Amino acid sequence: MSKHRGKGFACINYPIGMNLGGDPSQALVHSNPDGKFMVALSSIDLGQGMKSVTRQIAAETLGVPVEDVYVDTADSDTGPHCMGSFASRGTHRVGNAVIQASQEARAVMLEAAAEEMEVNAADLMTDGKGNIHVKGAPSRSITTMEAAQAAQFKQGKTVSGRGIFLIPLSDVDPDTGEMTPVSCFAHAAMIVEVEVDDETGEIEVIEMNSSYEVGRALNPRLVEQQLTGGAWMGMSHAAWETTEPYYPERDHGPVDFNHYLMPGPGDIAPHNIAILERPAPDGPYGGKGPGEMCANPVLPAVVNAVFNAVGVRIDDLPVTPEKVLRGLQANGGAQPQARR
Amino acid sequence: MAQKPVQFTLNGEDKAAFASDGQNLLDMLRRGVGDLSPKYGCGQGACGACTVLIDGEPCLSCLTLAETVDGKDVATTSGLSSGSGIHPLQDAFMRNFAAQCGYCTPGMLMAAKALLDRNPQPSRDDVVEAISGNLCRCTGYEPIINAVLEASRSGASQPNG
Repeated sequence: MSKHRGKGFACINYPIGMNLGGDPSQALVHSNPDGKFMVALSSIDLGQGMKSVTRQIAAETLGVPVEDVYVDTADSDTGPHCMGSFASRGTHRVGNAVIQASQEARAVMLEAAAEEMEVNAADLMTDGKGNIHVKGAPSRSITTMEAAQAAQFKQGKTVSGRGIFLIPLSDVDPDTGEMTPVSCFAHAAMIVEVEVDDETGEIEVIEMNSSYEVGRALNPRLVEQQLTGGAWMGMSHAAWETTEPYYPERDHGPVDFNHYLMPGPGDIAPHNIAILERPAPDGPYGGKGPGEMCANPVLPAVVNAVFNAVGVRIDDLPVTPEKVLRGLQANGGAQPQARR
Repeated sequence: MAQKPVQFTLNGEDKAAFASDGQNLLDMLRRGVGDLSPKYGCGQGACGACTVLIDGEPCLSCLTLAETVDGKDVATTSGLSSGSGIHPLQDAFMRNFAAQCGYCTPGMLMAAKALLDRNPQPSRDDVVEAISGNLCRCTGYEPIINAVLEASRSGASQPNG
Protein backbone atom coordinates (compact mmCIF):
# COMPACT_ATOMS: atom_id res chain seq x y z
CA MET A 1 0.00 0.00 0.00
CA SER A 2 1.59 3.22 -1.07
CA LYS A 3 1.21 6.48 -2.88
CA HIS A 4 2.19 6.76 -6.52
CA ARG A 5 3.00 9.90 -8.44
CA GLY A 6 2.29 10.35 -12.11
CA LYS A 7 2.30 13.09 -14.71
CA GLY A 8 -0.26 13.64 -17.39
CA PHE A 9 -0.25 15.86 -20.43
CA ALA A 10 -3.05 17.41 -22.44
CA CYS A 11 -3.28 20.03 -25.11
CA ILE A 12 -6.27 21.68 -26.71
CA ASN A 13 -7.31 23.74 -29.67
CA TYR A 14 -10.18 25.82 -28.50
CA PRO A 15 -12.61 27.44 -30.95
CA ILE A 16 -13.70 30.94 -29.93
CA GLY A 17 -17.44 31.27 -30.14
CA MET A 18 -19.75 29.02 -32.09
CA ASN A 19 -21.20 29.08 -35.54
CA LEU A 20 -24.10 26.73 -35.80
CA GLY A 21 -26.52 29.42 -36.93
CA GLY A 22 -24.40 32.51 -37.27
CA ASP A 23 -22.99 34.15 -34.18
CA PRO A 24 -23.72 37.89 -34.08
CA SER A 25 -23.35 40.51 -31.37
CA GLN A 26 -24.16 44.19 -31.55
CA ALA A 27 -22.94 47.31 -29.81
CA LEU A 28 -24.24 50.88 -29.75
CA VAL A 29 -22.03 53.77 -28.71
CA HIS A 30 -23.02 57.38 -28.10
CA SER A 31 -21.59 60.40 -26.37
CA ASN A 32 -23.29 62.55 -23.81
CA PRO A 33 -22.98 66.33 -23.80
CA ASP A 34 -20.16 66.06 -21.26
CA GLY A 35 -18.06 64.25 -23.86
CA LYS A 36 -18.23 60.94 -22.06
CA PHE A 37 -19.26 57.85 -23.96
CA MET A 38 -21.85 55.20 -23.30
CA VAL A 39 -21.44 51.70 -24.75
CA ALA A 40 -24.74 49.83 -24.74
CA LEU A 41 -24.52 46.05 -24.83
CA SER A 42 -26.75 43.13 -24.00
CA SER A 43 -23.68 41.04 -23.30
CA ILE A 44 -23.64 40.12 -19.66
CA ASP A 45 -20.67 40.48 -17.33
CA LEU A 46 -20.72 37.48 -15.02
CA GLY A 47 -17.62 38.73 -13.26
CA GLN A 48 -15.32 37.58 -16.03
CA GLY A 49 -14.57 41.16 -17.03
CA MET A 50 -16.76 41.83 -20.06
CA LYS A 51 -17.39 45.41 -18.95
CA SER A 52 -13.71 46.09 -18.25
CA VAL A 53 -12.51 44.72 -21.58
CA THR A 54 -15.18 46.35 -23.75
CA ARG A 55 -14.53 49.62 -21.92
CA GLN A 56 -10.83 49.38 -22.77
CA ILE A 57 -11.61 48.51 -26.39
CA ALA A 58 -14.06 51.42 -26.75
CA ALA A 59 -11.63 53.90 -25.16
CA GLU A 60 -8.79 52.73 -27.38
CA THR A 61 -10.87 53.03 -30.55
CA LEU A 62 -12.55 56.31 -29.67
CA GLY A 63 -9.24 57.78 -28.56
CA VAL A 64 -10.55 58.93 -25.18
CA PRO A 65 -9.51 58.11 -21.59
CA VAL A 66 -10.90 54.84 -20.27
CA GLU A 67 -12.48 56.87 -17.43
CA ASP A 68 -14.65 58.63 -20.03
CA VAL A 69 -16.33 55.39 -21.14
CA TYR A 70 -19.24 53.78 -19.39
CA VAL A 71 -20.44 50.32 -20.39
CA ASP A 72 -24.13 49.68 -19.86
CA THR A 73 -25.19 46.04 -19.87
CA ALA A 74 -28.26 46.68 -17.78
CA ASP A 75 -31.08 45.30 -19.85
CA SER A 76 -31.12 42.82 -22.72
CA ASP A 77 -34.68 43.94 -23.55
CA THR A 78 -33.61 47.47 -24.40
CA GLY A 79 -29.97 46.94 -25.42
CA PRO A 80 -28.75 45.87 -28.85
CA HIS A 81 -28.88 42.13 -29.50
CA CYS A 82 -26.18 39.74 -28.30
CA MET A 83 -26.08 35.95 -28.55
CA GLY A 84 -24.74 35.76 -25.00
CA SER A 85 -21.79 35.36 -22.70
CA PHE A 86 -20.69 31.82 -23.43
CA ALA A 87 -18.32 29.78 -25.59
CA SER A 88 -15.52 32.24 -24.77
CA ARG A 89 -17.06 34.52 -27.38
CA GLY A 90 -17.48 37.78 -25.45
CA THR A 91 -14.14 39.49 -25.97
CA HIS A 92 -13.88 38.39 -29.59
CA ARG A 93 -17.43 38.92 -30.88
CA VAL A 94 -18.55 41.83 -28.72
CA GLY A 95 -15.12 43.44 -28.83
CA ASN A 96 -15.26 43.56 -32.62
CA ALA A 97 -18.76 45.04 -32.52
CA VAL A 98 -17.56 47.68 -30.05
CA ILE A 99 -14.66 48.61 -32.34
CA GLN A 100 -17.02 49.09 -35.29
CA ALA A 101 -19.46 51.18 -33.28
CA SER A 102 -16.67 53.24 -31.73
CA GLN A 103 -15.10 53.95 -35.12
CA GLU A 104 -18.39 55.34 -36.39
CA ALA A 105 -18.88 57.46 -33.26
CA ARG A 106 -15.29 58.69 -33.41
CA ALA A 107 -15.77 59.80 -37.00
CA VAL A 108 -18.77 61.93 -36.03
CA MET A 109 -16.88 63.35 -33.04
CA LEU A 110 -13.99 64.38 -35.30
CA GLU A 111 -16.40 65.87 -37.87
CA ALA A 112 -18.02 67.93 -35.14
CA ALA A 113 -14.61 69.06 -33.90
CA ALA A 114 -13.49 69.86 -37.43
CA GLU A 115 -16.54 72.03 -38.05
CA GLU A 116 -15.97 73.81 -34.76
CA MET A 117 -12.26 74.39 -35.46
CA GLU A 118 -12.76 75.11 -39.16
CA VAL A 119 -10.27 72.46 -40.24
CA ASN A 120 -10.47 69.19 -42.17
CA ALA A 121 -11.55 66.20 -40.03
CA ALA A 122 -8.83 64.10 -41.64
CA ASP A 123 -6.25 66.44 -40.12
CA LEU A 124 -7.42 65.82 -36.57
CA MET A 125 -6.23 63.33 -33.99
CA THR A 126 -7.06 62.45 -30.41
CA ASP A 127 -4.49 62.39 -27.61
CA GLY A 128 -6.28 59.78 -25.52
CA LYS A 129 -6.54 62.29 -22.68
CA GLY A 130 -9.78 63.96 -23.71
CA ASN A 131 -8.40 66.36 -26.33
CA ILE A 132 -8.72 66.58 -30.10
CA HIS A 133 -6.00 68.50 -31.92
CA VAL A 134 -4.63 69.23 -35.36
CA LYS A 135 -1.95 66.73 -36.35
CA GLY A 136 1.44 68.28 -35.74
CA ALA A 137 -0.09 71.23 -33.91
CA PRO A 138 -1.09 70.11 -30.42
CA SER A 139 -1.87 73.68 -29.40
CA ARG A 140 -4.76 73.85 -31.87
CA SER A 141 -7.03 71.70 -29.80
CA ILE A 142 -10.48 71.36 -28.29
CA THR A 143 -11.70 68.91 -25.70
CA THR A 144 -13.93 65.97 -26.52
CA MET A 145 -16.53 67.62 -24.31
CA GLU A 146 -16.45 70.77 -26.45
CA ALA A 147 -16.80 68.67 -29.57
CA ALA A 148 -19.71 66.73 -28.08
CA GLN A 149 -21.44 69.93 -27.00
CA ALA A 150 -20.94 71.56 -30.40
CA ALA A 151 -22.47 68.48 -32.04
CA GLN A 152 -25.36 68.38 -29.61
CA PHE A 153 -26.27 72.05 -29.27
CA LYS A 154 -24.98 73.80 -32.40
CA GLN A 155 -24.65 71.32 -35.24
CA GLY A 156 -27.52 68.96 -34.51
CA LYS A 157 -25.41 65.81 -34.80
CA THR A 158 -25.55 62.67 -32.68
CA VAL A 159 -22.06 61.51 -31.82
CA SER A 160 -22.93 57.86 -32.08
CA GLY A 161 -22.04 54.62 -33.76
CA ARG A 162 -23.45 51.22 -34.54
CA GLY A 163 -21.48 48.01 -34.56
CA ILE A 164 -22.15 44.38 -35.27
CA PHE A 165 -19.86 41.42 -35.60
CA LEU A 166 -21.23 38.41 -37.40
CA ILE A 167 -19.56 35.17 -38.29
CA PRO A 168 -21.94 34.11 -41.07
CA LEU A 169 -23.50 30.70 -40.94
CA SER A 170 -21.11 28.26 -42.55
CA ASP A 171 -22.85 25.80 -44.88
CA VAL A 172 -21.54 22.32 -45.32
CA ASP A 173 -20.21 21.55 -48.79
CA PRO A 174 -22.43 18.63 -49.92
CA ASP A 175 -19.59 17.03 -51.89
CA THR A 176 -16.73 17.26 -49.45
CA GLY A 177 -18.42 17.87 -46.11
CA GLU A 178 -16.13 20.83 -45.69
CA MET A 179 -17.22 23.79 -43.58
CA THR A 180 -15.72 26.64 -41.61
CA PRO A 181 -17.28 26.33 -38.20
CA VAL A 182 -14.91 28.74 -36.51
CA SER A 183 -12.57 31.57 -37.48
CA CYS A 184 -10.36 31.81 -34.44
CA PHE A 185 -8.67 29.20 -32.26
CA ALA A 186 -6.93 29.57 -28.92
CA HIS A 187 -4.49 26.92 -27.74
CA ALA A 188 -3.24 25.47 -24.50
CA ALA A 189 -0.98 22.75 -23.15
CA MET A 190 -0.83 21.48 -19.62
CA ILE A 191 1.13 19.03 -17.48
CA VAL A 192 -0.43 17.91 -14.22
CA GLU A 193 1.26 15.90 -11.51
CA VAL A 194 -0.95 13.82 -9.23
CA GLU A 195 -0.46 11.48 -6.33
CA VAL A 196 -2.70 8.42 -6.14
CA ASP A 197 -3.19 6.52 -2.92
CA ASP A 198 -3.63 2.86 -3.92
CA GLU A 199 -5.22 2.00 -0.59
CA THR A 200 -7.94 4.66 -0.51
CA GLY A 201 -8.15 5.44 -4.21
CA GLU A 202 -7.88 9.14 -3.46
CA ILE A 203 -6.02 11.40 -5.83
CA GLU A 204 -4.31 14.65 -5.01
CA VAL A 205 -3.27 17.19 -7.62
CA ILE A 206 0.32 18.14 -6.71
CA GLU A 207 1.15 20.71 -9.33
CA MET A 208 -0.11 22.15 -12.60
CA ASN A 209 2.06 23.70 -15.28
CA SER A 210 0.39 25.24 -18.27
CA SER A 211 0.84 27.50 -21.22
CA TYR A 212 -2.02 29.34 -22.87
CA GLU A 213 -2.03 31.07 -26.21
CA VAL A 214 -4.89 33.55 -25.96
CA GLY A 215 -4.21 36.08 -28.68
CA ARG A 216 -3.34 39.42 -27.17
CA ALA A 217 -4.07 39.55 -23.45
CA LEU A 218 -6.16 42.73 -23.57
CA ASN A 219 -6.25 42.88 -19.79
CA PRO A 220 -3.39 40.70 -18.53
CA ARG A 221 -4.57 40.54 -14.91
CA LEU A 222 -8.07 39.47 -15.96
CA VAL A 223 -6.57 36.80 -18.21
CA GLU A 224 -4.45 35.52 -15.35
CA GLN A 225 -7.50 35.55 -13.09
CA GLN A 226 -9.50 33.53 -15.60
CA LEU A 227 -6.75 30.97 -16.03
CA THR A 228 -6.16 30.56 -12.29
CA GLY A 229 -9.82 30.25 -11.42
CA GLY A 230 -10.69 28.15 -14.45
CA ALA A 231 -7.98 25.59 -13.73
CA TRP A 232 -9.41 25.16 -10.26
CA MET A 233 -12.80 24.49 -11.80
CA GLY A 234 -11.20 21.99 -14.17
CA MET A 235 -9.55 20.26 -11.22
CA SER A 236 -12.89 20.15 -9.52
CA HIS A 237 -14.61 18.65 -12.57
CA ALA A 238 -11.78 16.12 -12.88
CA ALA A 239 -11.81 14.80 -9.35
CA TRP A 240 -14.76 16.13 -7.37
CA GLU A 241 -17.88 17.49 -8.96
CA THR A 242 -20.76 15.62 -10.49
CA THR A 243 -24.50 15.92 -10.43
CA GLU A 244 -24.92 12.34 -11.65
CA PRO A 245 -22.45 10.07 -9.85
CA TYR A 246 -24.01 6.86 -11.23
CA TYR A 247 -25.44 8.12 -14.51
CA PRO A 248 -27.80 6.98 -16.04
CA GLU A 249 -28.99 5.87 -12.61
CA ARG A 250 -30.14 8.93 -10.67
CA ASP A 251 -29.21 7.43 -7.29
CA HIS A 252 -27.01 9.27 -4.84
CA GLY A 253 -27.20 12.53 -6.73
CA PRO A 254 -26.06 15.44 -4.59
CA VAL A 255 -28.66 17.83 -3.20
CA ASP A 256 -26.40 20.28 -1.37
CA PHE A 257 -22.80 21.37 -0.87
CA ASN A 258 -22.23 18.59 1.65
CA HIS A 259 -22.60 16.08 -1.16
CA TYR A 260 -21.73 18.16 -4.20
CA LEU A 261 -18.03 18.33 -3.49
CA MET A 262 -15.66 21.05 -4.56
CA PRO A 263 -12.07 21.62 -3.54
CA GLY A 264 -11.64 24.18 -0.79
CA PRO A 265 -8.77 26.62 -0.33
CA GLY A 266 -6.71 23.84 1.27
CA ASP A 267 -7.04 21.59 -1.78
CA ILE A 268 -5.65 23.86 -4.45
CA ALA A 269 -2.42 22.96 -6.20
CA PRO A 270 0.35 25.33 -7.27
CA HIS A 271 -0.27 26.36 -10.87
CA ASN A 272 2.46 27.91 -13.00
CA ILE A 273 1.04 29.64 -16.06
CA ALA A 274 2.83 30.94 -19.11
CA ILE A 275 0.71 33.23 -21.27
CA LEU A 276 1.70 33.38 -24.93
CA GLU A 277 0.38 36.31 -26.92
CA ARG A 278 -0.09 35.78 -30.63
CA PRO A 279 -2.61 38.40 -31.73
CA ALA A 280 -5.54 36.95 -33.66
CA PRO A 281 -5.99 38.50 -37.14
CA ASP A 282 -9.75 38.82 -36.69
CA GLY A 283 -9.74 39.54 -32.95
CA PRO A 284 -10.32 42.96 -31.37
CA TYR A 285 -6.77 44.31 -31.03
CA GLY A 286 -5.73 40.69 -31.42
CA GLY A 287 -7.70 39.31 -28.48
CA LYS A 288 -9.25 35.84 -28.48
CA GLY A 289 -11.05 34.56 -25.40
CA PRO A 290 -9.71 32.78 -22.33
CA GLY A 291 -13.10 31.81 -20.92
CA GLU A 292 -14.07 28.17 -21.00
CA MET A 293 -10.77 26.87 -22.28
CA CYS A 294 -9.02 27.48 -18.98
CA ALA A 295 -10.90 24.57 -17.39
CA ASN A 296 -10.67 22.20 -20.34
CA PRO A 297 -7.11 20.80 -20.42
CA VAL A 298 -7.10 19.98 -16.72
CA LEU A 299 -9.53 17.08 -17.08
CA PRO A 300 -7.65 14.96 -19.64
CA ALA A 301 -4.33 15.85 -18.02
CA VAL A 302 -5.52 14.58 -14.63
CA VAL A 303 -6.91 11.39 -16.14
CA ASN A 304 -3.62 10.80 -17.99
CA ALA A 305 -1.66 11.48 -14.80
CA VAL A 306 -3.71 8.90 -12.93
CA PHE A 307 -2.93 6.37 -15.65
CA ASN A 308 0.75 7.28 -15.48
CA ALA A 309 0.72 6.86 -11.69
CA VAL A 310 -1.11 3.56 -11.27
CA GLY A 311 -1.99 2.24 -14.72
CA VAL A 312 -5.73 2.74 -14.31
CA ARG A 313 -7.42 4.24 -17.34
CA ILE A 314 -10.55 6.12 -16.31
CA ASP A 315 -12.93 7.27 -19.03
CA ASP A 316 -15.77 8.49 -16.88
CA LEU A 317 -15.50 11.71 -14.87
CA PRO A 318 -14.99 12.58 -12.12
CA VAL A 319 -12.08 10.40 -11.05
CA THR A 320 -13.54 9.24 -7.76
CA PRO A 321 -11.75 7.00 -5.24
CA GLU A 322 -14.31 4.30 -6.05
CA LYS A 323 -13.41 4.27 -9.74
CA VAL A 324 -9.69 4.24 -8.97
CA LEU A 325 -10.09 1.31 -6.54
CA ARG A 326 -12.23 -0.66 -8.98
CA GLY A 327 -9.61 -0.09 -11.64
CA LEU A 328 -6.81 -1.17 -9.33
CA GLN A 329 -8.75 -4.29 -8.43
CA ALA A 330 -9.34 -5.16 -12.07
CA ASN A 331 -5.62 -4.73 -12.81
CA GLY A 332 -4.52 -6.71 -9.76
CA GLY A 333 -2.94 -3.67 -8.15
CA ALA A 334 -1.07 -0.53 -9.09
CA GLN A 335 0.92 -0.66 -12.31
CA PRO A 336 2.94 2.54 -12.41
CA GLN A 337 3.83 3.54 -15.95
CA ALA A 338 7.12 4.93 -17.12
CA ARG A 339 7.87 8.39 -15.74
CA ARG A 340 8.41 11.01 -18.34
CA MET B 1 -46.17 33.76 15.78
CA ALA B 2 -44.28 35.03 18.76
CA GLN B 3 -42.09 38.04 18.14
CA LYS B 4 -39.09 38.70 20.29
CA PRO B 5 -37.46 42.13 20.52
CA VAL B 6 -33.75 42.02 19.81
CA GLN B 7 -31.39 44.89 20.51
CA PHE B 8 -27.87 44.74 19.20
CA THR B 9 -25.23 46.87 17.59
CA LEU B 10 -24.64 46.50 13.86
CA ASN B 11 -21.29 47.88 12.76
CA GLY B 12 -21.28 50.08 15.85
CA GLU B 13 -24.83 51.43 15.44
CA ASP B 14 -27.67 50.56 17.79
CA LYS B 15 -30.33 48.46 16.12
CA ALA B 16 -33.60 47.00 17.28
CA ALA B 17 -35.73 44.46 15.47
CA PHE B 18 -38.36 41.85 16.17
CA ALA B 19 -37.22 38.29 15.63
CA SER B 20 -39.87 35.72 14.89
CA ASP B 21 -39.63 32.14 16.13
CA GLY B 22 -36.82 30.32 14.43
CA GLN B 23 -35.79 33.31 12.35
CA ASN B 24 -32.13 33.22 11.54
CA LEU B 25 -29.75 36.14 11.84
CA LEU B 26 -29.13 36.36 8.09
CA ASP B 27 -32.84 36.89 7.49
CA MET B 28 -33.08 39.49 10.24
CA LEU B 29 -30.06 41.38 8.92
CA ARG B 30 -31.25 41.38 5.32
CA ARG B 31 -34.99 41.81 5.75
CA GLY B 32 -35.28 43.12 9.30
CA VAL B 33 -32.69 45.89 9.31
CA GLY B 34 -31.89 46.09 5.59
CA ASP B 35 -28.22 45.14 5.59
CA LEU B 36 -27.89 43.24 2.31
CA SER B 37 -24.14 42.66 2.54
CA PRO B 38 -24.25 39.15 4.03
CA LYS B 39 -25.33 36.79 1.23
CA TYR B 40 -27.69 33.84 1.23
CA GLY B 41 -25.78 31.00 -0.41
CA CYS B 42 -26.85 27.55 0.72
CA GLY B 43 -28.83 28.28 3.88
CA GLN B 44 -27.27 25.32 5.67
CA GLY B 45 -23.82 26.46 6.72
CA ALA B 46 -21.84 24.86 3.91
CA CYS B 47 -20.75 27.82 1.79
CA GLY B 48 -19.83 30.67 4.15
CA ALA B 49 -21.36 33.45 2.03
CA CYS B 50 -23.39 34.64 5.05
CA THR B 51 -20.40 34.95 7.41
CA VAL B 52 -20.67 37.84 9.89
CA LEU B 53 -18.80 38.62 13.08
CA ILE B 54 -20.61 38.31 16.41
CA ASP B 55 -18.55 39.89 19.18
CA GLY B 56 -15.59 39.50 16.84
CA GLU B 57 -16.08 35.80 16.13
CA PRO B 58 -16.90 34.67 12.59
CA CYS B 59 -20.34 33.05 12.53
CA LEU B 60 -22.60 31.62 9.88
CA SER B 61 -25.56 33.93 10.13
CA CYS B 62 -27.84 31.44 8.36
CA LEU B 63 -27.35 28.99 11.24
CA THR B 64 -27.55 31.55 14.03
CA LEU B 65 -30.90 32.23 15.65
CA ALA B 66 -31.62 35.95 15.36
CA GLU B 67 -32.68 36.30 18.99
CA THR B 68 -29.29 35.08 20.22
CA VAL B 69 -27.55 38.32 19.17
CA ASP B 70 -29.54 40.31 21.73
CA GLY B 71 -27.03 42.59 23.47
CA LYS B 72 -24.23 41.60 21.14
CA ASP B 73 -22.11 43.33 18.56
CA VAL B 74 -22.60 42.24 14.95
CA ALA B 75 -20.20 43.27 12.19
CA THR B 76 -20.81 42.89 8.45
CA THR B 77 -19.06 43.98 5.26
CA SER B 78 -21.21 47.13 5.21
CA GLY B 79 -19.21 48.36 8.18
CA LEU B 80 -15.79 47.76 6.67
CA SER B 81 -15.59 50.99 4.74
CA SER B 82 -15.77 54.33 6.50
CA GLY B 83 -17.03 57.21 4.43
CA SER B 84 -15.33 57.16 1.07
CA GLY B 85 -12.39 55.10 2.30
CA ILE B 86 -12.32 51.35 1.96
CA HIS B 87 -10.79 48.85 4.35
CA PRO B 88 -7.27 47.63 3.52
CA LEU B 89 -8.73 44.14 3.07
CA GLN B 90 -11.18 45.42 0.46
CA ASP B 91 -8.36 47.31 -1.22
CA ALA B 92 -6.18 44.19 -1.26
CA PHE B 93 -9.05 42.11 -2.66
CA MET B 94 -9.47 44.66 -5.41
CA ARG B 95 -5.79 44.88 -6.32
CA ASN B 96 -5.34 41.10 -6.29
CA PHE B 97 -8.41 40.42 -8.43
CA ALA B 98 -9.78 38.33 -5.56
CA ALA B 99 -13.39 38.63 -6.72
CA GLN B 100 -15.11 37.69 -9.92
CA CYS B 101 -18.85 37.19 -9.51
CA GLY B 102 -18.47 38.57 -5.98
CA TYR B 103 -21.01 36.38 -4.26
CA CYS B 104 -18.55 34.82 -1.80
CA THR B 105 -16.68 38.09 -1.24
CA PRO B 106 -18.56 39.46 1.80
CA GLY B 107 -18.13 36.14 3.61
CA MET B 108 -14.48 35.92 2.62
CA LEU B 109 -13.86 39.47 3.83
CA MET B 110 -15.44 38.84 7.22
CA ALA B 111 -13.62 35.52 7.69
CA ALA B 112 -10.39 37.30 6.77
CA LYS B 113 -11.11 40.22 9.09
CA ALA B 114 -11.72 37.87 12.01
CA LEU B 115 -8.36 36.25 11.27
CA LEU B 116 -6.41 39.50 11.04
CA ASP B 117 -8.07 40.88 14.16
CA ARG B 118 -6.75 38.01 16.25
CA ASN B 119 -3.60 37.29 14.24
CA PRO B 120 -2.24 40.34 12.42
CA GLN B 121 0.65 38.41 10.86
CA PRO B 122 -0.84 35.11 9.68
CA SER B 123 1.02 32.48 7.70
CA ARG B 124 -0.33 31.22 4.40
CA ASP B 125 -1.63 28.12 6.21
CA ASP B 126 -3.39 30.33 8.75
CA VAL B 127 -5.19 32.12 5.91
CA VAL B 128 -6.19 28.86 4.23
CA GLU B 129 -7.54 27.60 7.56
CA ALA B 130 -9.43 30.84 8.20
CA ILE B 131 -11.29 30.79 4.86
CA SER B 132 -11.70 27.01 4.69
CA GLY B 133 -15.40 27.34 5.52
CA ASN B 134 -16.00 29.63 2.55
CA LEU B 135 -16.59 28.33 -0.95
CA CYS B 136 -15.60 30.31 -4.04
CA ARG B 137 -16.60 29.21 -7.52
CA CYS B 138 -14.58 31.64 -9.63
CA THR B 139 -11.14 32.51 -8.34
CA GLY B 140 -9.50 29.21 -7.43
CA TYR B 141 -8.82 30.80 -3.99
CA GLU B 142 -5.24 31.72 -4.83
CA PRO B 143 -5.97 35.44 -5.40
CA ILE B 144 -8.01 35.55 -2.18
CA ILE B 145 -5.22 34.00 -0.13
CA ASN B 146 -2.74 36.44 -1.68
CA ALA B 147 -5.03 39.38 -0.94
CA VAL B 148 -5.38 38.49 2.74
CA LEU B 149 -1.62 38.05 3.10
CA GLU B 150 -1.04 41.39 1.40
CA ALA B 151 -3.59 43.11 3.63
CA SER B 152 -1.85 41.68 6.70
CA ARG B 153 1.39 43.28 5.58
CA SER B 154 -0.29 46.66 5.12
CA GLY B 155 -1.76 46.74 8.62
CA ALA B 156 -5.33 45.69 7.94
CA SER B 157 -5.82 44.72 11.55
CA GLN B 158 -6.22 48.39 12.50
CA PRO B 159 -9.88 49.24 12.95
CA ASN B 160 -11.15 50.89 9.78
CA GLY B 161 -7.73 50.79 8.26
